[in-house]
Amino acid sequence: MSGDWTRGEEAIVYQSCAACGSRQYFRRSFCVACGAPDPEDKHASGEGVVYATSLVVRAATPEARAHVPYNIILVDTAEGFRMMAHGDNDLEIGDRVTARYARFTDRLIPYFTRTTS
Amino acid sequence: MSFITGVGLTSFGRHEGSSTLDLMSKAAELAISDAGLKRADIDGVLCGYSTVQPHIMLATVFAEHFGIRPSYAHAVQVGGATGLAMTMLAHTIVEADLARHVLVVSGENRLTGQSRDAAIQALAQVGHPEYEMPLGPTIPAYYGLVASRYMHEYGVTQEDLAEFAVLMRNNAADHPGAQFRDRITVADVMNSKPVALPLKLLDCCPVSDGGAAFVVSRERTGENGVRVRGCAQAHTHQYVTTIPHFDAMGAAMSLKRTSAASGIEIGDVRYAGIYDSFTITLAMLLEELGLAARGEAAARVRSGHFSRDGAVPLNTHGGLLSYGHCGVGGAMAHLVETQLQMTGRAGNRQVKDASIALLHGDGGVLSSHVSMFLERVR
Repeated sequence: MSGDWTRGEEAIVYQSCAACGSRQYFRRSFCVACGAPDPEDKHASGEGVVYATSLVVRAATPEARAHVPYNIILVDTAEGFRMMAHGDNDLEIGDRVTARYARFTDRLIPYFTRTTS
Repeated sequence: MSFITGVGLTSFGRHEGSSTLDLMSKAAELAISDAGLKRADIDGVLCGYSTVQPHIMLATVFAEHFGIRPSYAHAVQVGGATGLAMTMLAHTIVEADLARHVLVVSGENRLTGQSRDAAIQALAQVGHPEYEMPLGPTIPAYYGLVASRYMHEYGVTQEDLAEFAVLMRNNAADHPGAQFRDRITVADVMNSKPVALPLKLLDCCPVSDGGAAFVVSRERTGENGVRVRGCAQAHTHQYVTTIPHFDAMGAAMSLKRTSAASGIEIGDVRYAGIYDSFTITLAMLLEELGLAARGEAAARVRSGHFSRDGAVPLNTHGGLLSYGHCGVGGAMAHLVETQLQMTGRAGNRQVKDASIALLHGDGGVLSSHVSMFLERVR
């Protein structure tokens, strides 16, 4: 199984089903669309478009409070799945973004900035 | 067929020194006495959960504490939709002849029983443990995400959302049990502290202590006749990341099934008790349920449509936003208030016609939906 940011590595991994072609973000041992076993791990490009944003000003833990304000975003990736991440505080819905990585509390997390082309 | 024969509700806010079981017992006693029954008449118990007192068999713990020996009892967990899910189950249980009088009860010292951080953290667990939780989201952030997209899609503004907070506070001002009763303005909401933008403090329900209960019976126990006409559910997703589409979060599906089960349509509704954990929750649910067109619920608030003397009075006790939110009991207060309205017992809050009511609750991040039509019978 490929390492990704949830396991401390600088990568975004999704799964693709050989049987029906569906793509899914949350790791499972089966395809959530058709139930076929062993979907294939693939690396995402890190490109996407901002779907939603919420700037968190009131955090729930002392560790997270050290980071406020931080922008939680949903990104529709180029590969077709949606993911939650952090991003620049001034990101707006519809912005094209590219993934970098950042430290949040004691974790590595995906962090998106506007795509520079 | 089933009837809501008795209701009980404590004040919400600070109940210093009261435990989960204390608040459950207080509400249960009120409901049983309101139904004109004795404890021994209760042969079914359904209860919610308590984040302060987690237990693998809370219904039995409560029954033992309360001094009853039901023939049917267990807890139910559907987040904010738990109260209505329990009512639906109680309705099904009495229709199936498994019990005559089911006590539906919940209570929690969610405010004084733990730190506010602990409360916020416990609730944030509705997020995905690997893909969402490490990012430090809070419940307001999940709903903030939903709000940002919904506002973008339908041209809803922060001032629009503020209208719902103002309406709920106006309603709460006339209920002595409400946690927050001082009237507020749109400007107050706009100037309140940012929590998870676009949501600000006054867009969010508070954390409260409190308890609520009702009795669901096969037959009426007195004059009060509030009949459950039909209920249904829809579960479309758990996590905000996996919301299928903002046009179909599950509320409409749940309502459609409820109409099929009851023969009642949305246009028949004269009173509404709708889940309002955040202003955006209320706006989205009203619009998806068809009580307002997309993007137009706030205009209907401004025109008085949802006011006490309007066409469809809404959460006349003040809702979660102002009466308060003690967990499962929070949304049960909507049903308690609805029953009082339908039986003409709402005092200075009484509406003209609450003959047919719609109740709707959601759990998670608009993940689990339960709808219900109630009808007054004379």
